[in-house]
Formats: sequence, C-alpha cells, structure tokens
Amino acid sequence: MKNTSIMIVGVGGQGTLLASRLIGHVLIEKGYDVKLSEVHGMSQRGGSVVTYVKYGEKVYSPIVDPGEADFILSFEAVEAARWIGNLAPEGKVITNTHEIYPMPVISGLMAYPENVSEKIAADAEVISVNALDLAEKAGSGKAVNTVLLGVMSKFMPEIEESAWMEAIEKIVKPQFVELNKKAFLLGRAHQ
Amino acid sequence: MKKLLLGNEAIARGLYEAGVKFISSYPGTPSTEITEYAANYDEMYAEWAPNEKVATEAALGASVAGVRSFTAMKHVGLNVAADPLFTSAYTGVNGGYVICVADDPAMHSSQNEQDSRHYARAAKLPMLEPSDSVECRDFAKIAYNISEKFDTPVLLRTLTRVAHSQSLVELYDREEREIREYVKDPSKYVMNPGYGFKRHFVVEKRLIDLKAYSESCPLNREELNDTEIGFVTGSSCYQYVKEAFPNASVYKIGLSYPLPMDSIRAFSEKVKKLVVVEELDPVFETEMRAAGIRVDIGKDVFGLIGELSQVKIKKAMGIDTGDVRTFDEPVPPRPPVMCAGCPHRGVFYTLSKMKLTVMGDIGCYTLGASAPLSAVDSTVCMGASISMLHGFNMARPETANKTVAVIGDSTFLHSGITGLTDIAYNRSVSTVLILDNSITGMTGHQQNPATGYTLKMQPVPPVSLEKVCEAIGIRRVKTVDPSNLKALEAAIKEELSVDEPSVIICRKPCMLLKYVKAKPAFKVDDEKCRGCRACMKLGCPAIRFENKKAVIDKQQCVGCGLCTQLCAFGAIGEGK
Repeated sequence: MKNTSIMIVGVGGQGTLLASRLIGHVLIEKGYDVKLSEVHGMSQRGGSVVTYVKYGEKVYSPIVDPGEADFILSFEAVEAARWIGNLAPEGKVITNTHEIYPMPVISGLMAYPENVSEKIAADAEVISVNALDLAEKAGSGKAVNTVLLGVMSKFMPEIEESAWMEAIEKIVKPQFVELNKKAFLLGRAHQ
Repeated sequence: MKKLLLGNEAIARGLYEAGVKFISSYPGTPSTEITEYAANYDEMYAEWAPNEKVATEAALGASVAGVRSFTAMKHVGLNVAADPLFTSAYTGVNGGYVICVADDPAMHSSQNEQDSRHYARAAKLPMLEPSDSVECRDFAKIAYNISEKFDTPVLLRTLTRVAHSQSLVELYDREEREIREYVKDPSKYVMNPGYGFKRHFVVEKRLIDLKAYSESCPLNREELNDTEIGFVTGSSCYQYVKEAFPNASVYKIGLSYPLPMDSIRAFSEKVKKLVVVEELDPVFETEMRAAGIRVDIGKDVFGLIGELSQVKIKKAMGIDTGDVRTFDEPVPPRPPVMCAGCPHRGVFYTLSKMKLTVMGDIGCYTLGASAPLSAVDSTVCMGASISMLHGFNMARPETANKTVAVIGDSTFLHSGITGLTDIAYNRSVSTVLILDNSITGMTGHQQNPATGYTLKMQPVPPVSLEKVCEAIGIRRVKTVDPSNLKALEAAIKEELSVDEPSVIICRKPCMLLKYVKAKPAFKVDDEKCRGCRACMKLGCPAIRFENKKAVIDKQQCVGCGLCTQLCAFGAIGEGK
C-alpha cells in the first residue's frame, strides 16, 4: 500500500496543530505507521504554518514534498494557492473560503488574489467550504479546524465516524468536546 | 503501547528512562520542549537557567556531584555555552552528562544556520545524531552509557525536522540510579595549567577509544541492498534517502563523531557509486576525503544552504521528479507579525515615528524590523542590542540622542546585564529600552527569573529589573506602560536628551498570557473615518482597508486601543 500524505496549511493561531493531533490519533488506533512534522517558533506569530501528516505501512521522511500531497487541508483561502505545488497529480484540496489578509496586503503593498479556489479548481479537485460559517453555527468561530477535518473525513473511508468522535473526546479539552463534535459533523455533512 | 511523540518529547522520555535527575536549560527553538516535557516527570528536577552557559555549568556541577544530568539548547545557545563545553571535555564527568544541541537548517526560527557538528570536533566530544523520535529516546539513553563508560560529556544533536516531527515510540520504565560517590579530585576537576595539561592527554586517549567504539557500536550500521549506489548519511537525511531510494545501500551514521572511518571505507568498496548526503557543511564528506575515501556525489550537487528532502535529493542527483502545479498569480507572502494587542507594537511605532536608530535583539520584538514598522537597525545575538549600542554611541557620540537599544526581559537577564554594565562602567550616553512582557515570548511562553515562577510553576521572588539596573550604576531608570503612546514618547525624548546612561522599562504583559483578558473588539465608524491610513502605520493584523475605509476584524482585535490614540477623527470606538 502506498503511503498517504496530508498537508495542513493555514495561519498561525488557527488551530492547525489540534487538527494534526486528531488525525494522528485516529491513524494510530487504526494501526498505521504515522509521522507528523510541524514547525514551531516564528511561524506561529500570524505567519504561514504548515503541518505534514504521513501514514501507511512504513513511513520514513516526515516531509511532504512538491507533488506528493494526497490532501491539502487549507484553513485559509490563499494558503491553498501558496502550497498548490505540493499537491499530488490525483490529490484533493479542501479549503476554507475565509480570507485572512497577510501584512503585505494590509499595508497595501500587494493585492489579495481574487476567486482563489475557483482558479485552483481549473487544474485540481477542490472542495471549498465556508468553515467559519459552519464553525459559528456549531457555537464558535474557533472550531474552523474541526469543521475542515470533518470535510476531509469523508474522503478517508477507512476511518469510521466513531473513531473521529473518540479522538475528539480524548484529545479536546472536556468543555470544548461537544462544540468540536458538532463542528466536525457539520463539516462531514457538507456537500 | 506505542505513542506518537515529538522528537523533543521522546528525548525527555529517554532522560526519564535513563534515570536522569538534573536538567537545566535555556529555551531556544527547536530545543525548548525537551525541558518542558521533562518538567512533567516528578522524578526529575528541571529548571530554566538564565542562559545556556549557566545551564551547562549547573548540569556539569550536578554530574560532578554524581547524578545523571542534562542540558538542552539551540545551536546558537551552544556558542554561549562554548566556554564550559570545551573544558568539560577535560574534566570529564561523574554521573553521566548529555548536552543536547538543536540545529535549525533553513532558519525556521533562528539568526544563523550554523552546523553544530563542528563543535564535537573542536571540543573533542562524542556526538550522537538521532533521525526520528524512537532514536531520540534510544540515543538519549545510549548517550548516558557512553558518557559514563568513557568519562566524557556527550553531545546529542537534533535538527528542526527531528525535534519537531512526531513518530511512534514504545515506552519503557525508568531505571532509578544510585547517586555516585563524589571524591575530591583536583587533578580531574581543577583545570589550572598543571592539571589541565595532563588532562589533555586523557582527552586524546579517550578519542582513540571512542573511534574504536564508533567502528563497532550499533549506532553506526551498514544496510546493504542494491550496490549500484551507496549512501553515507545520518540524522533526518537518512529518512529522506530511505524514502527516495528504498532499494539502495545505506551506511547510517548515528555516532557522528568520531566517524567510523574504517567501516565507511569498507562500505565504499562494496558499492559502485558513493553518495554523501548531509545538510549544511560538508563535515562527513571532508573527513572522508581526508581519509582517502572516494566520494562520487556530495556537496557539489547538494549545496551548503538550507534543508534537504526526498525530492530535493533526487533533483540534485538529476532524477526527474515530474511537473507540479503552479498558481499563476503572485501569492502575497505571509510573514510572522506581532499579534494584535502585542505590547511591543506601540514601542516600535514610536521608535519608527521618532526616526531613531534601533539596536535590536532576539525575541518577538525582532518582528519590529518588518514593514510597516521597519524600526530595527540590527539583530545579531542574545544581548547584542545593548553592547552594540555602547560601541555605536562611543564611535558616534553626536548621534547618541537618536540611538537606542531594545531588549526583552528574558533576553536582558540572559546576557543584557553585562552589556549594561559596560555602559554604566564606561559611561556611554546610551538609552536602553527593556521590553518587559513578563514572559519569554517567542519560544512559546517560558517562565524566567523576572516572572516570579519557576519552570515547575513554583512561586519565587522575581528579579527586579529596576533594582538590577540601579545596582549596576544606572541612575536614570524609568518604568512606563507602552500602551500609553504619549507617555512613552515623552519618556524616550526625555532620556535621549540627558547626558548620562538611562534605562526605560516598558512593562506590559504579553497579550497571549492566560491571565491577560481581551477587551471587546473596537469598531470603525464609517461616517467619521476619512481614510487617512494613520492607523495602518501600526502594522496591526486586525486592521485592514476596504473601500478606502479602515475595518477592524472582530475575530482578531483584542481591544488594546493603540489605534484609537492615532485616529485624529475619533472614528475608532470601543466595541460592546
């Protein structure tokens, strides 16, 4: 079996690390070899953040290189464009449509590209979702991460819904479990 | 039961299982979490020291006292600790002693890209390099056996991709160890010329023994497969090579100093083409070439800069890795920025507005160098802001009233005090701003001697920055709230105008601290906003322009109120 590679990309502070921990948890329970890689430090201060998740029978490199990602899970619209070169030929992009302007856009030095997901979709399979809307529906804008995870979970048929629920119960702080379950299921139900 | 552990968490686990009792470190990406995870084990004492030199000496002291001890630091921290490092090679140890150094190729969060493998060679200390989390745990334990067997400190080198990657690790129990007897032995621990010179012979003899060990130990191993091509590699590069060339032969280096040169030579004779894959400097390659081993491919194709990966290795070797998709418009970069509500923002706004020359330092406030604040003139190393200001002002006394140093609380205690002593002692007319945000911020919120808590969250009397400055001989020490822009600017103007050294402590806790409560987001009144962009000069990630008017993002704004102080039209009001 070929290994599967996931890239979780977003903006520092969006909760990408929780998403990767939940994925890691369900994959270990399934008995896969798993590697995760993330970069801490500077990148957390509102900068671009990238987490790699790889799983299969035996994983060596923790890095997902250009052309290798089976899934790009993008927490912010333009981040999907930034990393599109990493998508595998048959890979899928699952992206939030919410835009967070980076400093060069805020300070007027550069324009934020328009209709990013439509443009990516010309050349790749893209599932766009307004995750912020769904997260707020679930109870908090902070649950964008579990909404997107829910969307991606549909494309990982080997993992049952109950496994995801169990991971949320185990990993998320007790007071936020219900919120995150709700957010996850809203994402999972997204068409 | 296997657990998914961060490399750093796995090292902490290794320390626990190895019966380590004493840990002293200074935070530094990507090494920080080792000591944080270690602090969760009640069986191990763990602390934050004021800097890496102190931590290294404290851990050496604990080793001499007879317990297994440990310190961790980032690569540039080892520069700070180099003094005790070199001479600890002479004294050797009593309880096992391991020094972890974490390199940061590609500079994810660092000021240089130095290769710490040179330190093993320069200080004549053995070095171990794990390539994933299992090895992080295992090598940490083996390092203690080597340390005690050969009576030497041992360097454990990680990289960002080892320290900050997670893989599966089986957990074992802790092996408690009796404290070793301490026997007074000046010939071993008093490194004056008489004793020290004799110890040098011991160091050289030890290296010969370590070379023999390196040839036979399981840390270095040959994985013989297809012999068309053979790789010599270690650390994270081993994982990349295995992924890119699963059928190739590999000589894996785990004990990277001293290198097992005879075994590498034997391997080189079994393969047709020999490829050396290592990040940063050609350390293995140079030593192999010096030993007369042929290297067919090495730094000539892989280069000296940044990280490698499976695709980069293939590409460098001329293998087609296929086309990838592109996005046909410029994608705006997303550099890290000061958070909304960051107490440093007002300071850099003011320094920029006053057009001052600013000697900067290491911490979140390095971000004050980016546009639109663009307020920082130099960033070199921990503490350099203050000492460089002194030299700058001595060389150009006529601009001393337009030049300041900016340093954080933790960085000041790390190595700013000595620079300030230079200013006070040699009387340069210098103005130093200490940005006290009550935490070590950039590395992810570590306590320090000025916060009032230890690593294990014991309350302690905090160091008084005011009193330290006064005791050094600075007569003008002022404390201001940096969120009051008028008061801040007045204080800076006043201190720049006087003909003696002064310190301004800008005190406001980091916005990300749990006890700092955000206020409701501010709102822009569209009617009143004239689109003058005065608020945009703050570089606040929560403010953007839409239809020629300022808009505040309610998801991000924490109600710090800096922007209201800049709006001449009263267009920004408190939210509800």
